[in-house]
Amino acid sequence: MSSHRCWVYGDNVNTDVIFPGKYTYTLKTPEEIAAHALEGLDTRFAANVRRGDVIVAGQNWGCGSSREQGVTAPKFAGVDIIIAASFSRIYFRNCINQGVLPIVCPGLNVLVQTGDSIEIDIANGQIQAAGQTFNFPRLSPSVQAILDAGGLVPMLQRRFAGENQT
Amino acid sequence: MSGKTFVEKALARAAGVSEASAGDILDVRPDLIFSHDNSAAIRRIFEKIGAKNMARPDRVAITLDHAVPAPTTQHAQNHAEIREWVKQQGIQHFFEVGRGICHQVISEEALILPGEVILGADSHSTHFGWLGAFGAGVGRTEMAALWATGELWLRVPEAMHVTLTGCLQPGITAKDISLRILGDMGVEGGLYRSVEFTGDTLNTLSLDERPVLPNVMAEFGAKNAFMPPNDVVFNYLEARRTRDYTPLYPDPDAHYEIEYTLDVSELEPQIALPHQPDNVVRLSDAIGEPIQQAFIGTCTNGRLEDLQAAADVLRGHQVACRLVVIPASSQVLLEATRSGIIETLLMAGATIATPGCGPCMGNHMGIPAPNEATISSANRNFKGRMGTSEAPVYLASPYVVAASAICGAIADPREFLS
Repeated sequence: MSSHRCWVYGDNVNTDVIFPGKYTYTLKTPEEIAAHALEGLDTRFAANVRRGDVIVAGQNWGCGSSREQGVTAPKFAGVDIIIAASFSRIYFRNCINQGVLPIVCPGLNVLVQTGDSIEIDIANGQIQAAGQTFNFPRLSPSVQAILDAGGLVPMLQRRFAGENQT
Repeated sequence: MSGKTFVEKALARAAGVSEASAGDILDVRPDLIFSHDNSAAIRRIFEKIGAKNMARPDRVAITLDHAVPAPTTQHAQNHAEIREWVKQQGIQHFFEVGRGICHQVISEEALILPGEVILGADSHSTHFGWLGAFGAGVGRTEMAALWATGELWLRVPEAMHVTLTGCLQPGITAKDISLRILGDMGVEGGLYRSVEFTGDTLNTLSLDERPVLPNVMAEFGAKNAFMPPNDVVFNYLEARRTRDYTPLYPDPDAHYEIEYTLDVSELEPQIALPHQPDNVVRLSDAIGEPIQQAFIGTCTNGRLEDLQAAADVLRGHQVACRLVVIPASSQVLLEATRSGIIETLLMAGATIATPGCGPCMGNHMGIPAPNEATISSANRNFKGRMGTSEAPVYLASPYVVAASAICGAIADPREFLS
């Protein structure tokens, strides 16, 4: 069980406001990317987010462009867990591959407010917030293995390091 | 036991298993993988992984299309890194600045065929449903993994069935159908799903119109979209293809989670208002809204018929606002030049730019100023999409965009079609 401060958003938030398209070919370092996280959605976010904070969103979080900075921008800014009523499919995959835990939990974003604290029990698939307990589905073993490795790159790094030795 | 959907069959085949069902997670070996201006960033991830050479360079395509010709030194540097990488890895299917938009170019080159699986580092990869392939978008890291290993995990999605019946009226297009679907069901209406089209309308759609439906389904949250390939598709591919193929079709008793039916025979022109593609109303409810820029192009509506539609509306008229026309490929531009379409557009006051994505995602060649409204034939009008969050974007068919350019305000194209 761990405690996390929330940044709460609504439905259908798209990646053009999570990380504007005009930066996708020009900003490269984690610091630069983090500085523009959620720029088109919430100008307070990048300046005030702290490591361990979580995003709590509504339906279809991360719709639109497939750009990975939609995940890496909040991640580089300190967010390792994103909770949403539902995710756009590419965004969900990008989370797994970047080592960010996507939690599908409908109803949470209307019960908590930005700044509230919630408790997350990843091992048991439970969230405690606003005096209620929410259960969330665990990931399939093969997908969990990517997340456990820290993402797709670290997982493949191990595989190719093994191949290069033999 | 019920039959199989298209997506269950296509992913089973690409994973080398005898059958698959919705919910299965498969290691899929796609027939083609592709990326664009994001290839230099993907290369950096590939190198970080520790891989040396691509697993199947002959099944990799790279197209420079997102910011072409390079608008800044940074973009030029990005392109230069990609060219170096293409040479180093021996990638044959490399398409230079000006060849066109990845989805259009790969279609013209017949690099993907019916029944096959294509994964692209671009969200509009659902596009390839037009020829009966499974097309889906993936992230950059996934593309790096695909370059390195030639395979990727995919969850077999549940499917929804979209039945289209009847014939479209003149001046109404597949774009109006796709906007109506978004308007009826919302941008999450197809979330995680395979959207599989059927119905007699499909055989009335031309080659250039077919891609519009699966392309726009990316805005629907769909994983992929499918149109049953017909003779229009087979004839087009016959002269271009370099390998054999076997089309796949869903079984008649396949299980669909959702059934949606639309009779298109009475459909009116549709328009998406700012700032979401599902904020769709009948065109008649938006007539007269002033615009400062009109844009015809993109992977959605930048093909020859789209330019022809614009020319049919614009012939003999002058635009009252800026009209930017960007053909989807060099082949489209060449054919439009030969047939006189480009001349008609220029005479009406349009400007023509290099084939590519243009201002669609706010890179260059038609970025609006704050508070300037644009009407566009693209597929996405999210806040900030065209570069500034203060610029409203309307989405409609090329007919509607052209008519609106004449009036400097949203207008009905049927007034200009004799």
